[in-house]
Amino acid sequence: MTLAVPKTLQATKPSRKRRRKEMRMGYLFVGPMLLGVIIFTLIPMIFSFTLSFTKWSFVTGFDKIKFIGLDNFRALFQDDVFLKSLGNNFIMLLAVPVGMVIALLLAVVISNHVYAPGAFKVIYFMPQISSVVAVAVVWQVLFHPSYGPVNGFLSALGMDNPPKWLADPNFALPSVMLLMIWIDLGVSLIIYNAGLKNIPADLYEAATLDGATKWSQFRSITLPLLTPTTFFLLVTGIIGNFKSFALIKVLTDGGPAHSTSVVVYDMYQTAFVDLQTGYASSMVMILFLCLLAITALQWISQKFWVNY
Amino acid sequence: MALLGVVFLLPFLWMLSASFKPETDVFKYPIEWIPRTWRAGFNYESVWFGKANFALYYWNSIKVTMLTTLLSVVVSSMAAYGFTKIHFRGRNTLFAIVLATYMIPSEATLVPLFIMFRSAGLYDTHLGLILLGGFSVLGTFLLRQFFASLSDEYIESAQIDGGGHIRIFTSILLPLVRPAIATYAILRFIWTWNDFQTPLVFLNSKSLFTLQLGMNAFADRNGAFYSLIMAASVSAIVPLLIIFIVGQKQVIDGIALGG
Repeated sequence: MTLAVPKTLQATKPSRKRRRKEMRMGYLFVGPMLLGVIIFTLIPMIFSFTLSFTKWSFVTGFDKIKFIGLDNFRALFQDDVFLKSLGNNFIMLLAVPVGMVIALLLAVVISNHVYAPGAFKVIYFMPQISSVVAVAVVWQVLFHPSYGPVNGFLSALGMDNPPKWLADPNFALPSVMLLMIWIDLGVSLIIYNAGLKNIPADLYEAATLDGATKWSQFRSITLPLLTPTTFFLLVTGIIGNFKSFALIKVLTDGGPAHSTSVVVYDMYQTAFVDLQTGYASSMVMILFLCLLAITALQWISQKFWVNY
Repeated sequence: MALLGVVFLLPFLWMLSASFKPETDVFKYPIEWIPRTWRAGFNYESVWFGKANFALYYWNSIKVTMLTTLLSVVVSSMAAYGFTKIHFRGRNTLFAIVLATYMIPSEATLVPLFIMFRSAGLYDTHLGLILLGGFSVLGTFLLRQFFASLSDEYIESAQIDGGGHIRIFTSILLPLVRPAIATYAILRFIWTWNDFQTPLVFLNSKSLFTLQLGMNAFADRNGAFYSLIMAASVSAIVPLLIIFIVGQKQVIDGIALGG
Protein backbone atom coordinates (compact mmCIF):
# COMPACT_ATOMS: atom_id res chain seq x y z
CA MET A 1 0.00 0.00 0.00
CA THR A 2 2.80 2.39 0.73
CA LEU A 3 4.10 1.79 -2.73
CA ALA A 4 0.76 2.41 -4.37
CA VAL A 5 0.68 6.13 -3.57
CA PRO A 6 3.88 7.12 -5.31
CA LYS A 7 2.90 4.87 -8.20
CA THR A 8 -0.34 6.70 -8.91
CA LEU A 9 1.41 10.00 -8.40
CA GLN A 10 3.96 8.99 -10.93
CA ALA A 11 1.24 7.96 -13.30
CA THR A 12 -0.88 11.09 -13.05
CA LYS A 13 1.84 13.68 -12.81
CA PRO A 14 3.26 13.34 -16.33
CA SER A 15 -0.19 12.86 -17.86
CA ARG A 16 -1.53 15.99 -16.20
CA LYS A 17 1.55 17.80 -17.36
CA ARG A 18 1.03 16.40 -20.82
CA ARG A 19 -2.61 17.37 -20.78
CA ARG A 20 -1.68 20.90 -19.83
CA LYS A 21 0.84 20.93 -22.64
CA GLU A 22 -1.82 19.68 -25.09
CA MET A 23 -4.10 22.45 -23.90
CA ARG A 24 -1.39 25.05 -24.48
CA MET A 25 -0.63 23.71 -27.94
CA GLY A 26 -4.34 23.57 -28.76
CA TYR A 27 -4.81 27.24 -27.95
CA LEU A 28 -1.62 28.12 -29.77
CA PHE A 29 -2.93 26.53 -32.96
CA VAL A 30 -6.55 27.66 -32.91
CA GLY A 31 -5.77 30.93 -31.12
CA PRO A 32 -5.14 33.16 -34.15
CA MET A 33 -8.37 32.06 -35.84
CA LEU A 34 -10.28 32.46 -32.60
CA LEU A 35 -8.87 35.93 -32.03
CA GLY A 36 -9.77 36.87 -35.60
CA VAL A 37 -13.32 35.63 -35.16
CA ILE A 38 -13.72 37.56 -31.89
CA ILE A 39 -12.22 40.83 -33.14
CA PHE A 40 -13.51 40.86 -36.71
CA THR A 41 -16.91 39.18 -36.30
CA LEU A 42 -18.25 38.76 -32.77
CA ILE A 43 -17.40 42.17 -31.33
CA PRO A 44 -18.58 44.04 -34.46
CA MET A 45 -21.81 42.02 -34.44
CA ILE A 46 -22.54 42.99 -30.83
CA PHE A 47 -21.53 46.57 -31.63
CA SER A 48 -23.85 46.55 -34.65
CA PHE A 49 -26.74 45.20 -32.59
CA THR A 50 -26.23 47.93 -29.97
CA LEU A 51 -25.97 50.69 -32.58
CA SER A 52 -29.24 49.62 -34.17
CA PHE A 53 -31.06 51.11 -31.15
CA THR A 54 -29.33 54.47 -31.42
CA LYS A 55 -29.53 57.67 -33.34
CA TRP A 56 -25.92 58.40 -34.11
CA SER A 57 -23.50 59.49 -36.79
CA PHE A 58 -19.96 58.23 -36.27
CA VAL A 59 -18.48 61.60 -37.32
CA THR A 60 -19.91 63.25 -34.19
CA GLY A 61 -17.93 61.10 -31.72
CA PHE A 62 -18.93 58.45 -29.22
CA ASP A 63 -20.32 60.89 -26.62
CA LYS A 64 -23.15 61.86 -29.00
CA ILE A 65 -24.67 58.35 -29.14
CA LYS A 66 -28.37 58.59 -28.26
CA PHE A 67 -30.43 55.51 -27.41
CA ILE A 68 -33.85 55.63 -29.00
CA GLY A 69 -35.11 52.08 -28.49
CA LEU A 70 -37.04 50.66 -31.41
CA ASP A 71 -37.55 53.99 -33.23
CA ASN A 72 -35.17 53.04 -36.07
CA PHE A 73 -37.11 49.89 -36.78
CA ARG A 74 -40.42 51.75 -36.75
CA ALA A 75 -38.96 54.27 -39.18
CA LEU A 76 -37.64 51.52 -41.46
CA PHE A 77 -41.12 50.17 -42.06
CA GLN A 78 -42.28 53.59 -43.20
CA ASP A 79 -39.18 54.22 -45.30
CA ASP A 80 -40.22 53.88 -48.96
CA VAL A 81 -36.69 53.44 -50.26
CA PHE A 82 -35.91 50.71 -47.74
CA LEU A 83 -39.17 48.86 -48.42
CA LYS A 84 -38.55 49.11 -52.15
CA SER A 85 -35.01 47.74 -51.66
CA LEU A 86 -36.25 44.87 -49.51
CA GLY A 87 -38.94 44.07 -52.09
CA ASN A 88 -36.36 44.13 -54.89
CA ASN A 89 -34.24 41.67 -52.89
CA PHE A 90 -37.13 39.22 -52.81
CA ILE A 91 -37.95 39.67 -56.51
CA MET A 92 -34.29 39.09 -57.36
CA LEU A 93 -34.35 35.74 -55.58
CA LEU A 94 -36.25 34.44 -58.62
CA ALA A 95 -32.97 34.50 -60.53
CA VAL A 96 -31.66 31.66 -58.35
CA PRO A 97 -34.04 28.83 -59.36
CA VAL A 98 -34.11 29.98 -62.99
CA GLY A 99 -30.31 29.92 -63.13
CA MET A 100 -30.26 26.51 -61.47
CA VAL A 101 -32.63 24.97 -64.01
CA ILE A 102 -30.45 26.23 -66.87
CA ALA A 103 -27.31 25.00 -65.11
CA LEU A 104 -28.79 21.55 -64.54
CA LEU A 105 -29.81 21.17 -68.18
CA LEU A 106 -26.38 22.30 -69.36
CA ALA A 107 -24.66 19.97 -66.89
CA VAL A 108 -26.66 16.98 -68.15
CA VAL A 109 -25.88 17.86 -71.78
CA ILE A 110 -22.19 18.48 -71.10
CA SER A 111 -21.69 15.26 -69.13
CA ASN A 112 -23.41 13.12 -71.76
CA HIS A 113 -23.05 14.50 -75.21
CA VAL A 114 -20.19 16.91 -75.61
CA TYR A 115 -16.54 16.65 -76.57
CA ALA A 116 -14.09 18.68 -74.51
CA PRO A 117 -16.33 19.24 -71.47
CA GLY A 118 -13.38 21.00 -69.83
CA ALA A 119 -13.42 23.78 -72.41
CA PHE A 120 -17.13 24.32 -71.87
CA LYS A 121 -16.62 24.54 -68.13
CA VAL A 122 -14.03 27.28 -68.68
CA ILE A 123 -16.37 29.15 -71.02
CA TYR A 124 -19.30 29.07 -68.63
CA PHE A 125 -17.01 29.95 -65.76
CA MET A 126 -15.63 33.08 -67.44
CA PRO A 127 -18.18 35.55 -66.01
CA GLN A 128 -17.61 34.18 -62.51
CA ILE A 129 -13.85 34.40 -62.72
CA SER A 130 -13.91 37.91 -64.19
CA SER A 131 -14.28 40.64 -61.64
CA VAL A 132 -17.81 41.93 -61.09
CA VAL A 133 -16.59 45.47 -61.72
CA ALA A 134 -15.21 44.68 -65.18
CA VAL A 135 -18.26 42.60 -66.08
CA ALA A 136 -20.65 45.31 -64.91
CA VAL A 137 -18.80 47.99 -66.84
CA VAL A 138 -18.88 45.92 -70.03
CA TRP A 139 -22.62 45.28 -69.72
CA GLN A 140 -23.29 48.94 -69.04
CA VAL A 141 -21.89 49.62 -72.48
CA LEU A 142 -23.57 46.62 -74.15
CA PHE A 143 -26.94 47.71 -72.74
CA HIS A 144 -26.46 51.37 -73.70
CA PRO A 145 -29.96 52.50 -74.82
CA SER A 146 -28.94 54.29 -78.02
CA TYR A 147 -25.47 53.07 -79.08
CA GLY A 148 -25.27 49.69 -77.34
CA PRO A 149 -24.70 46.56 -79.45
CA VAL A 150 -27.69 44.82 -77.83
CA ASN A 151 -30.09 47.44 -79.09
CA GLY A 152 -28.15 47.70 -82.34
CA PHE A 153 -28.91 44.03 -82.85
CA LEU A 154 -32.58 44.43 -81.88
CA SER A 155 -33.05 47.40 -84.26
CA ALA A 156 -31.41 45.42 -87.03
CA LEU A 157 -33.99 42.70 -86.40
CA GLY A 158 -36.65 45.33 -87.05
CA MET A 159 -37.60 46.32 -83.51
CA ASP A 160 -38.54 50.00 -83.55
CA ASN A 161 -38.45 50.79 -79.86
CA PRO A 162 -36.09 48.41 -78.13
CA PRO A 163 -36.18 48.64 -74.32
CA LYS A 164 -33.82 51.08 -72.62
CA TRP A 165 -32.62 48.26 -70.34
CA LEU A 166 -30.75 49.67 -67.34
CA ALA A 167 -32.09 53.17 -68.00
CA ASP A 168 -35.74 52.10 -67.86
CA PRO A 169 -37.23 51.57 -64.36
CA ASN A 170 -39.36 48.69 -65.70
CA PHE A 171 -36.52 46.87 -67.38
CA ALA A 172 -33.62 47.61 -65.03
CA LEU A 173 -34.37 44.94 -62.43
CA PRO A 174 -34.95 42.13 -64.96
CA SER A 175 -31.73 43.19 -66.73
CA VAL A 176 -29.81 42.93 -63.47
CA MET A 177 -31.34 39.50 -62.82
CA LEU A 178 -30.32 38.35 -66.28
CA LEU A 179 -26.73 39.33 -65.53
CA MET A 180 -26.87 37.54 -62.18
CA ILE A 181 -27.91 34.33 -63.91
CA TRP A 182 -25.17 34.78 -66.49
CA ILE A 183 -22.54 35.38 -63.78
CA ASP A 184 -23.49 32.50 -61.45
CA LEU A 185 -24.21 29.86 -64.08
CA GLY A 186 -20.65 28.51 -64.05
CA VAL A 187 -20.61 27.67 -60.34
CA SER A 188 -23.95 25.84 -60.41
CA LEU A 189 -22.87 24.05 -63.55
CA ILE A 190 -19.66 22.75 -61.97
CA ILE A 191 -21.41 21.66 -58.79
CA TYR A 192 -24.19 19.90 -60.72
CA ASN A 193 -21.52 18.24 -62.83
CA ALA A 194 -19.84 16.86 -59.71
CA GLY A 195 -23.23 15.66 -58.46
CA LEU A 196 -23.97 13.90 -61.74
CA LYS A 197 -20.63 12.09 -61.60
CA ASN A 198 -21.58 10.62 -58.23
CA ILE A 199 -24.68 8.87 -59.57
CA PRO A 200 -23.78 5.18 -60.14
CA ALA A 201 -23.92 4.33 -63.84
CA ASP A 202 -25.51 0.90 -63.22
CA LEU A 203 -28.71 2.63 -62.12
CA TYR A 204 -29.09 3.96 -65.66
CA GLU A 205 -28.09 0.63 -67.18
CA ALA A 206 -30.75 -1.19 -65.15
CA ALA A 207 -33.34 1.42 -66.10
CA THR A 208 -32.44 1.10 -69.79
CA LEU A 209 -32.84 -2.68 -69.56
CA ASP A 210 -36.28 -2.13 -68.04
CA GLY A 211 -37.13 0.00 -71.05
CA ALA A 212 -37.31 3.36 -69.28
CA THR A 213 -37.11 6.40 -71.56
CA LYS A 214 -34.42 9.07 -71.17
CA TRP A 215 -36.97 11.45 -69.75
CA SER A 216 -38.27 9.02 -67.15
CA GLN A 217 -34.67 8.16 -66.21
CA PHE A 218 -34.00 11.85 -65.70
CA ARG A 219 -37.14 12.22 -63.58
CA SER A 220 -36.80 9.14 -61.41
CA ILE A 221 -33.02 8.74 -61.12
CA THR A 222 -31.19 11.98 -61.87
CA LEU A 223 -33.50 14.50 -60.21
CA PRO A 224 -34.06 12.65 -56.90
CA LEU A 225 -30.37 11.74 -56.53
CA LEU A 226 -29.40 15.34 -57.16
CA THR A 227 -31.68 16.80 -54.47
CA PRO A 228 -28.81 17.27 -51.96
CA THR A 229 -26.88 19.20 -54.62
CA THR A 230 -29.97 21.21 -55.50
CA PHE A 231 -30.52 21.97 -51.83
CA PHE A 232 -26.94 23.16 -51.39
CA LEU A 233 -27.14 25.40 -54.47
CA LEU A 234 -30.48 26.81 -53.38
CA VAL A 235 -29.21 27.71 -49.88
CA THR A 236 -25.93 29.25 -51.02
CA GLY A 237 -27.47 30.85 -54.11
CA ILE A 238 -30.27 32.56 -52.22
CA ILE A 239 -27.96 33.80 -49.48
CA GLY A 240 -25.46 35.12 -52.04
CA ASN A 241 -28.22 36.72 -54.07
CA PHE A 242 -29.72 38.38 -51.00
CA LYS A 243 -26.38 39.98 -50.17
CA SER A 244 -25.68 41.28 -53.68
CA PHE A 245 -24.01 44.65 -53.69
CA ALA A 246 -21.01 45.06 -56.03
CA LEU A 247 -22.97 44.41 -59.22
CA ILE A 248 -25.69 46.93 -58.24
CA LYS A 249 -23.20 49.54 -57.07
CA VAL A 250 -21.20 49.51 -60.29
CA LEU A 251 -24.01 48.79 -62.76
CA THR A 252 -26.88 51.04 -61.72
CA ASP A 253 -26.17 52.69 -58.35
CA GLY A 254 -29.60 51.45 -57.32
CA GLY A 255 -31.35 53.47 -60.04
CA PRO A 256 -33.25 54.49 -62.02
CA ALA A 257 -35.72 55.68 -59.38
CA HIS A 258 -34.54 53.03 -56.84
CA SER A 259 -35.78 50.31 -59.20
CA THR A 260 -32.65 48.21 -58.61
CA SER A 261 -31.81 49.22 -55.05
CA VAL A 262 -31.27 46.39 -52.57
CA VAL A 263 -30.88 46.27 -48.78
CA VAL A 264 -27.08 46.10 -48.74
CA TYR A 265 -26.87 48.97 -51.22
CA ASP A 266 -29.32 51.07 -49.18
CA MET A 267 -27.33 50.22 -46.05
CA TYR A 268 -24.08 51.26 -47.73
CA GLN A 269 -25.58 54.60 -48.81
CA THR A 270 -27.11 55.26 -45.39
CA ALA A 271 -23.92 54.38 -43.50
CA PHE A 272 -21.15 55.77 -45.68
CA VAL A 273 -22.79 58.49 -47.76
CA ASP A 274 -25.56 59.85 -45.52
CA LEU A 275 -23.47 58.98 -42.42
CA GLN A 276 -26.48 57.75 -40.42
CA THR A 277 -24.65 55.05 -38.51
CA GLY A 278 -27.45 54.03 -36.13
CA TYR A 279 -30.11 53.82 -38.82
CA ALA A 280 -27.81 51.79 -41.11
CA SER A 281 -27.16 49.36 -38.24
CA SER A 282 -30.86 48.71 -37.86
CA MET A 283 -30.97 47.85 -41.59
CA VAL A 284 -28.15 45.39 -40.96
CA MET A 285 -30.22 43.70 -38.26
CA ILE A 286 -33.18 43.31 -40.65
CA LEU A 287 -30.82 41.86 -43.27
CA PHE A 288 -29.43 39.42 -40.72
CA LEU A 289 -32.92 38.36 -39.58
CA CYS A 290 -34.01 37.83 -43.21
CA LEU A 291 -30.97 35.62 -43.87
CA LEU A 292 -31.61 33.62 -40.70
CA ALA A 293 -35.28 33.18 -41.62
CA ILE A 294 -34.45 32.10 -45.18
CA THR A 295 -31.91 29.56 -43.97
CA ALA A 296 -34.21 28.21 -41.26
CA LEU A 297 -37.08 27.86 -43.74
CA GLN A 298 -34.89 25.94 -46.13
CA TRP A 299 -33.61 23.59 -43.44
CA ILE A 300 -37.13 22.89 -42.28
CA SER A 301 -38.45 22.34 -45.80
CA GLN A 302 -35.57 20.08 -46.86
CA LYS A 303 -36.97 17.01 -45.16
CA PHE A 304 -39.92 17.12 -47.54
CA TRP A 305 -37.90 16.99 -50.72
CA VAL A 306 -34.20 16.21 -50.16
CA ASN A 307 -33.11 12.55 -50.37
CA TYR A 308 -29.88 11.74 -48.58
CA MET B 1 -24.22 23.53 -77.39
CA ALA B 2 -21.24 25.09 -79.12
CA LEU B 3 -23.50 27.89 -80.34
CA LEU B 4 -24.72 28.52 -76.80
CA GLY B 5 -21.11 28.65 -75.64
CA VAL B 6 -20.31 31.28 -78.24
CA VAL B 7 -23.35 33.39 -77.28
CA PHE B 8 -22.21 33.11 -73.68
CA LEU B 9 -18.79 34.42 -74.64
CA LEU B 10 -20.00 37.25 -76.91
CA PRO B 11 -19.73 39.99 -74.27
CA PHE B 12 -16.08 39.05 -73.71
CA LEU B 13 -15.34 38.90 -77.43
CA TRP B 14 -16.96 42.29 -77.89
CA MET B 15 -14.94 43.71 -75.00
CA LEU B 16 -11.69 42.36 -76.44
CA SER B 17 -12.47 43.62 -79.90
CA ALA B 18 -13.50 47.09 -78.65
CA SER B 19 -10.30 47.38 -76.65
CA PHE B 20 -8.28 47.19 -79.90
CA LYS B 21 -10.29 49.84 -81.78
CA PRO B 22 -10.17 53.59 -82.11
CA GLU B 23 -13.00 55.20 -80.13
CA THR B 24 -14.99 56.13 -83.25
CA ASP B 25 -15.31 52.50 -84.34
CA VAL B 26 -16.52 51.07 -81.02
CA PHE B 27 -20.25 51.48 -81.69
CA LYS B 28 -20.25 50.91 -85.44
CA TYR B 29 -23.07 48.63 -86.48
CA PRO B 30 -22.84 45.93 -87.81
CA ILE B 31 -20.12 45.16 -85.28
CA GLU B 32 -16.60 44.92 -86.68
CA TRP B 33 -15.47 41.89 -84.70
CA ILE B 34 -12.00 42.15 -86.17
CA PRO B 35 -11.08 45.85 -86.06
CA ARG B 36 -10.42 47.51 -89.39
CA THR B 37 -8.20 50.14 -87.79
CA TRP B 38 -6.04 49.00 -84.90
CA ARG B 39 -5.35 51.21 -81.92
CA ALA B 40 -4.46 48.50 -79.39
CA GLY B 41 -1.05 49.95 -78.51
CA PHE B 42 -2.42 53.40 -77.76
CA ASN B 43 -5.40 52.10 -75.76
CA TYR B 44 -3.43 49.78 -73.54
CA GLU B 45 -0.60 52.22 -73.04
CA SER B 46 -2.98 54.99 -71.91
CA VAL B 47 -4.66 52.63 -69.48
CA TRP B 48 -1.46 51.24 -68.01
CA PHE B 49 0.86 54.19 -67.94
CA GLY B 50 -1.36 57.20 -68.57
CA LYS B 51 -3.72 58.90 -66.12
CA ALA B 52 -5.51 55.63 -65.36
CA ASN B 53 -2.34 54.30 -63.73
CA PHE B 54 -3.23 50.64 -63.90
CA ALA B 55 0.37 49.67 -63.17
CA LEU B 56 -0.04 51.07 -59.64
CA TYR B 57 -3.45 49.43 -59.09
CA TYR B 58 -2.02 46.13 -60.27
CA TRP B 59 0.84 46.38 -57.84
CA ASN B 60 -1.56 47.20 -54.98
CA SER B 61 -3.82 44.29 -55.88
CA ILE B 62 -0.92 41.86 -56.14
CA LYS B 63 0.44 42.96 -52.77
CA VAL B 64 -2.89 42.84 -50.92
CA THR B 65 -4.01 39.59 -52.52
CA MET B 66 -0.74 37.73 -51.98
CA LEU B 67 -0.44 38.73 -48.33
CA THR B 68 -4.12 38.06 -47.61
CA THR B 69 -3.85 34.61 -49.15
CA LEU B 70 -0.69 33.84 -47.21
CA LEU B 71 -2.12 34.98 -43.88
CA SER B 72 -5.37 33.15 -44.49
CA VAL B 73 -3.64 29.88 -45.39
CA VAL B 74 -1.42 30.02 -42.29
CA VAL B 75 -4.21 30.91 -39.87
CA SER B 76 -6.72 28.47 -41.37
CA SER B 77 -4.39 25.48 -41.60
CA MET B 78 -3.19 26.01 -38.04
CA ALA B 79 -6.76 26.14 -36.78
CA ALA B 80 -7.72 23.14 -38.89
CA TYR B 81 -4.88 21.16 -37.33
CA GLY B 82 -5.74 22.31 -33.83
CA PHE B 83 -9.40 21.43 -34.20
CA THR B 84 -8.69 17.92 -35.50
CA LYS B 85 -5.39 16.66 -34.11
CA ILE B 86 -4.89 18.26 -30.70
CA HIS B 87 -7.09 17.03 -27.88
CA PHE B 88 -7.77 19.84 -25.46
CA ARG B 89 -10.66 20.79 -23.24
CA GLY B 90 -13.29 23.03 -24.78
CA ARG B 91 -12.25 22.17 -28.31
CA ASN B 92 -15.71 21.26 -29.53
CA THR B 93 -17.32 24.30 -27.92
CA LEU B 94 -14.77 26.59 -29.53
CA PHE B 95 -15.30 24.97 -32.88
CA ALA B 96 -19.05 25.37 -32.53
CA ILE B 97 -18.55 29.09 -31.87
CA VAL B 98 -16.34 29.48 -34.93
CA LEU B 99 -18.91 27.54 -36.95
CA ALA B 100 -21.72 29.76 -35.72
CA THR B 101 -19.95 32.96 -36.78
CA TYR B 102 -19.98 31.66 -40.33
CA MET B 103 -23.70 32.46 -40.29
CA ILE B 104 -22.98 36.14 -39.76
CA PRO B 105 -22.74 37.86 -43.15
CA SER B 106 -19.75 40.16 -43.63
CA GLU B 107 -22.18 42.97 -44.54
CA ALA B 108 -23.51 42.87 -40.99
CA THR B 109 -20.17 43.80 -39.50
CA LEU B 110 -19.15 46.41 -42.07
CA VAL B 111 -20.28 49.53 -40.22
CA PRO B 112 -18.81 48.70 -36.78
CA LEU B 113 -15.59 47.42 -38.37
CA PHE B 114 -15.28 50.70 -40.22
CA ILE B 115 -15.61 52.60 -36.93
CA MET B 116 -13.20 50.23 -35.14
CA PHE B 117 -10.64 50.47 -37.93
CA ARG B 118 -10.81 54.24 -37.92
CA SER B 119 -10.03 54.41 -34.20
CA ALA B 120 -7.29 51.78 -34.54
CA GLY B 121 -5.59 53.56 -37.42
CA LEU B 122 -6.26 50.66 -39.79
CA TYR B 123 -8.67 52.58 -42.01
CA ASP B 124 -7.18 53.44 -45.40
CA THR B 125 -4.26 51.01 -45.03
CA HIS B 126 -3.42 47.83 -46.89
CA LEU B 127 -2.78 46.14 -43.54
CA GLY B 128 -6.45 46.62 -42.66
CA LEU B 129 -7.59 44.90 -45.86
CA ILE B 130 -5.16 42.03 -45.30
CA LEU B 131 -6.37 41.49 -41.74
CA LEU B 132 -10.01 41.53 -42.86
CA GLY B 133 -9.44 38.90 -45.52
CA GLY B 134 -6.94 36.84 -43.58
CA PHE B 135 -9.25 35.53 -40.89
CA SER B 136 -11.99 33.94 -42.94
CA VAL B 137 -13.67 30.95 -41.34
CA LEU B 138 -14.28 29.17 -44.63
CA GLY B 139 -10.63 28.12 -44.99
CA THR B 140 -10.73 26.44 -41.58
CA PHE B 141 -13.80 24.43 -42.64
CA LEU B 142 -12.34 23.33 -45.96
CA LEU B 143 -8.96 22.35 -44.52
CA ARG B 144 -10.44 20.75 -41.42
CA GLN B 145 -12.07 18.09 -43.58
CA PHE B 146 -8.67 17.18 -45.01
CA PHE B 147 -6.88 17.08 -41.68
CA ALA B 148 -9.66 14.94 -40.23
CA SER B 149 -9.20 12.43 -43.04
CA LEU B 150 -5.53 11.91 -42.09
CA SER B 151 -4.94 9.06 -39.69
CA ASP B 152 -3.93 9.85 -36.11
CA GLU B 153 -1.18 7.24 -36.40
CA TYR B 154 1.08 9.79 -38.03
CA ILE B 155 0.89 11.84 -34.88
CA GLU B 156 1.24 8.95 -32.47
CA SER B 157 4.33 7.57 -34.15
CA ALA B 158 5.86 11.03 -34.38
CA GLN B 159 5.16 11.60 -30.70
CA ILE B 160 6.91 8.35 -29.81
CA ASP B 161 9.92 9.69 -31.73
CA GLY B 162 9.73 12.76 -29.52
CA GLY B 163 8.29 15.23 -32.04
CA GLY B 164 6.05 18.01 -30.76
CA HIS B 165 2.91 19.34 -32.45
CA ILE B 166 4.76 22.12 -34.21
CA ARG B 167 7.15 19.66 -35.86
CA ILE B 168 4.37 17.22 -36.71
CA PHE B 169 2.29 20.02 -38.23
CA THR B 170 5.00 21.64 -40.32
CA SER B 171 7.02 18.66 -41.47
CA ILE B 172 4.56 15.76 -41.61
CA LEU B 173 0.96 16.92 -42.02
CA LEU B 174 1.37 20.11 -44.06
CA PRO B 175 3.06 18.30 -46.97
CA LEU B 176 0.24 15.72 -46.90
CA VAL B 177 -2.51 18.29 -47.28
CA ARG B 178 -0.68 20.36 -49.89
CA PRO B 179 -3.32 19.77 -52.61
CA ALA B 180 -6.07 20.99 -50.30
CA ILE B 181 -4.03 24.03 -49.36
CA ALA B 182 -3.36 24.80 -53.03
CA THR B 183 -7.08 24.61 -53.75
CA TYR B 184 -7.97 26.93 -50.90
CA ALA B 185 -5.13 29.33 -51.75
CA ILE B 186 -6.30 29.67 -55.36
CA LEU B 187 -9.90 30.26 -54.31
CA ARG B 188 -8.88 32.81 -51.69
CA PHE B 189 -6.68 34.53 -54.27
CA ILE B 190 -9.53 34.83 -56.77
CA TRP B 191 -12.02 36.06 -54.18
CA THR B 192 -9.63 38.62 -52.76
CA TRP B 193 -8.52 39.85 -56.17
CA ASN B 194 -12.14 40.32 -57.23
CA ASP B 195 -13.39 41.80 -53.97
CA PHE B 196 -14.89 45.23 -54.48
CA GLN B 197 -16.92 45.81 -51.33
CA THR B 198 -14.14 45.66 -48.71
CA PRO B 199 -11.69 48.00 -50.48
CA LEU B 200 -14.57 50.36 -51.32
CA VAL B 201 -15.41 50.78 -47.64
CA PHE B 202 -11.93 50.58 -46.13
CA LEU B 203 -9.80 52.54 -48.60
CA ASN B 204 -9.87 56.22 -49.39
CA SER B 205 -6.52 57.26 -50.89
CA LYS B 206 -6.25 56.78 -54.62
CA SER B 207 -2.63 55.68 -54.29
CA LEU B 208 -3.80 52.65 -52.27
CA PHE B 209 -6.63 51.60 -54.62
CA THR B 210 -6.82 47.99 -55.70
CA LEU B 211 -7.54 47.11 -59.30
CA GLN B 212 -11.30 46.84 -58.75
CA LEU B 213 -11.54 50.30 -57.18
CA GLY B 214 -9.23 51.76 -59.80
CA MET B 215 -11.31 50.19 -62.54
CA ASN B 216 -14.53 51.58 -61.08
CA ALA B 217 -13.08 55.06 -60.61
CA PHE B 218 -11.67 55.01 -64.13
CA ALA B 219 -15.01 54.00 -65.67
CA ASP B 220 -16.80 56.73 -63.70
CA ARG B 221 -14.36 59.39 -64.81
CA ASN B 222 -14.02 58.33 -68.42
CA GLY B 223 -17.66 57.58 -69.13
CA ALA B 224 -17.23 58.47 -72.81
CA PHE B 225 -13.98 56.67 -73.66
CA TYR B 226 -15.34 53.21 -74.23
CA SER B 227 -12.31 51.80 -76.03
CA LEU B 228 -10.14 52.70 -73.03
CA ILE B 229 -12.67 51.28 -70.58
CA MET B 230 -12.67 48.02 -72.51
CA ALA B 231 -8.87 47.91 -72.50
CA ALA B 232 -9.04 48.41 -68.74
CA SER B 233 -11.60 45.61 -68.39
CA VAL B 234 -9.47 43.22 -70.40
CA SER B 235 -6.47 44.11 -68.23
CA ALA B 236 -8.50 43.43 -65.08
CA ILE B 237 -9.72 40.04 -66.26
CA VAL B 238 -6.65 38.49 -67.91
CA PRO B 239 -4.54 37.61 -64.83
CA LEU B 240 -7.40 35.71 -63.20
CA LEU B 241 -8.21 33.93 -66.39
CA ILE B 242 -4.62 32.69 -66.55
CA ILE B 243 -4.72 31.53 -62.93
CA PHE B 244 -8.01 29.81 -63.56
CA ILE B 245 -6.82 27.99 -66.66
CA VAL B 246 -3.60 26.90 -64.93
CA GLY B 247 -5.28 25.85 -61.68
CA GLN B 248 -8.53 24.70 -63.29
CA LYS B 249 -8.55 21.34 -61.57
CA GLN B 250 -7.97 22.87 -58.14
CA VAL B 251 -10.62 25.53 -58.59
CA ILE B 252 -13.22 23.13 -59.90
CA ASP B 253 -12.44 20.52 -57.23
CA GLY B 254 -12.59 23.17 -54.54
CA ILE B 255 -15.95 24.44 -55.71
CA ALA B 256 -17.33 20.95 -56.25
CA LEU B 257 -16.13 19.99 -52.78
CA GLY B 258 -18.36 22.65 -51.28
CA GLY B 259 -21.30 20.93 -52.94
